[in-house]
Amino acid sequence: MSTRLVSFLLGLLAAVLALVAAFAITSLVLIIAGDPVGEVWGEILTFPEQRNLANIINNATVLYLSGLAVAVAFKMNLFNIGVDGQYRIAAFVAAVVAGEAWLPGYLNTALAILAAVLVGAAWAGIAGLLRATRGVSEVISTIMLNFISTSVVAYFLRKAAVREEGSNTLGTREIPEGSRIPSFSIGDGPGTEIYGFIFIAAAAGFAYWFVLNKTRFGFNLRATGQSTTAAVASGISVKRMTIGAMLISGGVAGLVGLPILFGDSYSYGSTFQSGLGFAGIAIALLGRNHPIGIALGALLFAFLDEQSNPLQILVGVSPDIVAITQGVIVLTVVISYELVRRFGVRLEQQQVAKADRPVDEPKEVTA
Amino acid sequence: MSNPVPEVPAVRLQGIGKRFPGVIANDNINIDVMRGTIHAIVGENGAGKSTLMKILYGVQRPDSGTIEVDGTQVSMGSPADAIKAGVGMVFQHFQLADNLTVLENVVLGAEKLHGIGGRARQRIVEISDSYSLGVEPDELVEDLGVGARQRVEILKVLYRGARTIILDEPTAVLVPQEVDELFGNLRGLKDEGLAVIFISHKLDEVLSVADEITVIRRGTTVTTVTDPSSVTARDLAELMVGSELPQASSEASTVTDEVLLSVQSLSLPGSGARPLLDDLSFDIHRGEILGIAGVEGNGQAELVEAIMGMRERATGTIRLIDTDLSSASTRQRRESGIGYIPEDRHRHGLLLDSPLWENRVLGHQGRPPSVKRGIVDKRAARQDTLRIIDEYDVRTPGPGVLARALSGGNQQKLIVGREMSGDPILLIAAHPTRGVDVGAQAAIWNHIKTARREGLAVLLISADLDELIGLSDRIEVILRGRFVGSFDPSDVTPQQLGSAMTGAGATA
Repeated sequence: MSTRLVSFLLGLLAAVLALVAAFAITSLVLIIAGDPVGEVWGEILTFPEQRNLANIINNATVLYLSGLAVAVAFKMNLFNIGVDGQYRIAAFVAAVVAGEAWLPGYLNTALAILAAVLVGAAWAGIAGLLRATRGVSEVISTIMLNFISTSVVAYFLRKAAVREEGSNTLGTREIPEGSRIPSFSIGDGPGTEIYGFIFIAAAAGFAYWFVLNKTRFGFNLRATGQSTTAAVASGISVKRMTIGAMLISGGVAGLVGLPILFGDSYSYGSTFQSGLGFAGIAIALLGRNHPIGIALGALLFAFLDEQSNPLQILVGVSPDIVAITQGVIVLTVVISYELVRRFGVRLEQQQVAKADRPVDEPKEVTA
Repeated sequence: MSNPVPEVPAVRLQGIGKRFPGVIANDNINIDVMRGTIHAIVGENGAGKSTLMKILYGVQRPDSGTIEVDGTQVSMGSPADAIKAGVGMVFQHFQLADNLTVLENVVLGAEKLHGIGGRARQRIVEISDSYSLGVEPDELVEDLGVGARQRVEILKVLYRGARTIILDEPTAVLVPQEVDELFGNLRGLKDEGLAVIFISHKLDEVLSVADEITVIRRGTTVTTVTDPSSVTARDLAELMVGSELPQASSEASTVTDEVLLSVQSLSLPGSGARPLLDDLSFDIHRGEILGIAGVEGNGQAELVEAIMGMRERATGTIRLIDTDLSSASTRQRRESGIGYIPEDRHRHGLLLDSPLWENRVLGHQGRPPSVKRGIVDKRAARQDTLRIIDEYDVRTPGPGVLARALSGGNQQKLIVGREMSGDPILLIAAHPTRGVDVGAQAAIWNHIKTARREGLAVLLISADLDELIGLSDRIEVILRGRFVGSFDPSDVTPQQLGSAMTGAGATA
C-alpha cells in the first residue's frame, strides 16, 4: 500500500473512532438521565429535509470560516481565542460601511468585505504585536480583546444605529439591495436558499491550503509552529511570523459574520449571532487544521445543531444534548488522533528499520 | 554483611532480549559480572547498551531472559526493585537539584533510611571517607564542579545500599584530569568488594580501568575479554564495528592565505557581570578547519549563535569574504554562504514531524532548487533530497518519511548534506558526530574533510578531543568566553588541551 493511502486511511480511522466514542458517551449521558436514547438518535440521524439542509449548509459556511481563522493560528502554535471578538467588530464595521453605501452596487460590497478583513486583522494584530514585542500570551490578550470588542461594538452601535419604528432592537442602516450577495436555491419552497457567500468561503479554503502548503510564507509558518528553535536557526524571523499569522487569522475571522450580514440580516444589530468563534476552535481541532477536514467538521456541527432543534417538541429532550456531543467530540478527537498518530509513527519506524538494516545482516525471524 | 561465595557472579544476565517496534534492541545478551571487578560494556551508539542498562535497572522489562543478582533470580519492574536488589545507577545526565545541598540531594527519596538530619549526615560522611569521595554534605550542588557532582551521584547510589553500580558513559562530561580521579574512585569501590558496570565507547579509558570487557554489537554480546592487557583499543573497536574502522586523522594541509571569515572583537553580554563572549577575534582561511575546544558552557554555543545572527545583543564585526554580516539577519547570513550543523539537531536542525524533503527546504527557504519565487517546489525539493540520501548515505525508505523516524546518525547525515547544499563558503559544525554511530561518524568526518579540501572555511566545535585534534588545522581553547590558548594539533595531547580547558595550565 502506498504511504499516501495508508495515511489517508489512518486519518479516516481516527475520525470514525472519535465519532463512535462521542456517540457512545452521549448515549451514556442520556441513559443516566433516563431519556429515550433510541428516539433521540433516531431523530438526529434522520436525513434532513431540503429546508433543514439549506440551514445546515448556511451554518456550516459560517462555521467553516471560523474554523479556518482558528486553524491559521493553530498552524503556528498560536491559540486565537479571539475570533469571536474579531468577527463581531469586523461585521459591525462592514455593516456600517455597506449601509452607508458610499460606492454603488458590488463595489460597495467589496469595500465592506475589505473593511471587515482589515478590521479583523487589526484586532487580532494587537494580540500578535503584544506577543511578538512583549511576550504577552495571545490566549490572554485575545480573551480580553473579546470583551473589549463587545463593549466597543455596543458603544458605537448606539451612535451608528437607526431604530425602527416601534421596535426595541438597535441595528445599523440596512444594506441597499444592489449590494447584497444573492442566494441560490437548492429546492423549491421558501427557506431553501444558500448564501452566495459560500463561494467566497470555498475560495478562502483554497487560499488557506495554497498559502500554507505551497508558499514559502506558509512553509515558514508551519516550521515556526513545529519548532521555534529550528525556525530561528533556519533564518526565520519568529516575531514577524507571529504578527503575520495573527493578522491572517484575524483577517479570515473578519469574514465569519459576513455570510449572515450579506445574505440574511442585511444589518448589524444587537441580536447578531455571537459565539461562532468558539465553535471554530472545536471545528479546527476536529478538522485537524486541514481545509477539507474543517469543512467536514463544520458540516457535522451544523448538522447536529439543526437536527437537535425539534428534540424538545418531539421526544421531550433538551437540544442541549448535542452541545454535550459536540464538546465530547473535541475531546475524543484529540485522543483518537494521538493514538492513530502513534500507530502511524510505529509503522513508519518499522519501515525505516528495514531500510537501515544492511543487506548482509541475517534476516530476523519474526515471532 | 554476608560474603557471597566468589564463584557466584554479582550480576548474571542470561539470554536477555528486548524488541521495540521495528528494532531489536537486545538479542540474547549473556554477561556475568563478578564482585570486586570493574566490568566494562562497550559498543557503538545504538548497539543496545542503554537498553540493556535500563533492563538491569528496572526501567524496562526484558521480553526474554533472566537476571540473577548474587545467585538469586530477580524480576525488576521498577528502579525501586533494582535498588532493593542492590543495583544502583549513575546516569549520564545528573539527576541533582542545583539549589539543594548535597545532603538534601542524597536523602531525597530515601528519607526512610537514615532520616534527613544528623544520622544522614553522619552516614554520608562515612561513605565519603571510606571510598574517599571527598563529598561535603552541606555544600550547595550548584557550587560544585562536574566531577564533584558525579561523586555526589555515586554517593547517592551507595547511600541507598547498592552493591552493584552502573555508570552510563560517566566520562563523557569530564576533562582528562577528572577522568583519572573518577577511575581512582572506581578502583576504591572495587576494592571494597562492589561490582562496577562501566558503559563507555571510549576504548582507551575502558582498557585502563576495566578488569573485564564485554563487547556488544547490534544488540548481542560479541565476546567478553577477561584479560584487557591482551587486547588493544583497535582490537576492541573492530569487535564493536565488525569491520575496519575510521580515523579522524587529518590529511595534507590545504590552508591558504585567503581569509574567508574574519571575526573582530566579538562580545556578548551575559545576565551577570561576566560576559558570555569576551572580545573574541579570529580569522578562518580558505581550506582551514579551526577547532574550538572547551568544557561545555564556556561560550561555544554562544559563539556559534552569535556568528549565525541568533544573538541580538552580540557586538563586534563579522565579515565573510567581502560582505559585512555584523548586523545581518540569520537568513541573510545563511544566504551569504554559511552552512550550519547545529549542536542539538532535534532543537535546531530538524522539523521532526515533517518529511525529509521539507527538512531539506529548512534553512534554504530563499534559495533554489527547493523554493522559487516564493513558491515551494516540492518536486525539486524531493529530487534534491534523493540526491542527499544517495550522496550522504542516509538510510531511509524515501524522502517522504518523517525526520523523527530516522536514527540519530542518519538525521545528522541528512543535515550535513543539506548544509553542504547551496555552495557554502563557511561551514559551522557544532558537535557534528555527537550521538551518532561509528559508521556515520566516519562518513561525517569524511564530509568535513571534503569540505576543507574544496576550499571551505570550517569552524568545528567539539567535546571529543580526538576529533578536534584529528580534523583541525588549528585549535583555540575557550574558557569563560575568552580564547585562552592556541594549539597546533600536530603536537598537542588531549591532556594539554584538558589543562588549558580547565584553566590549569593556560599558555601565557
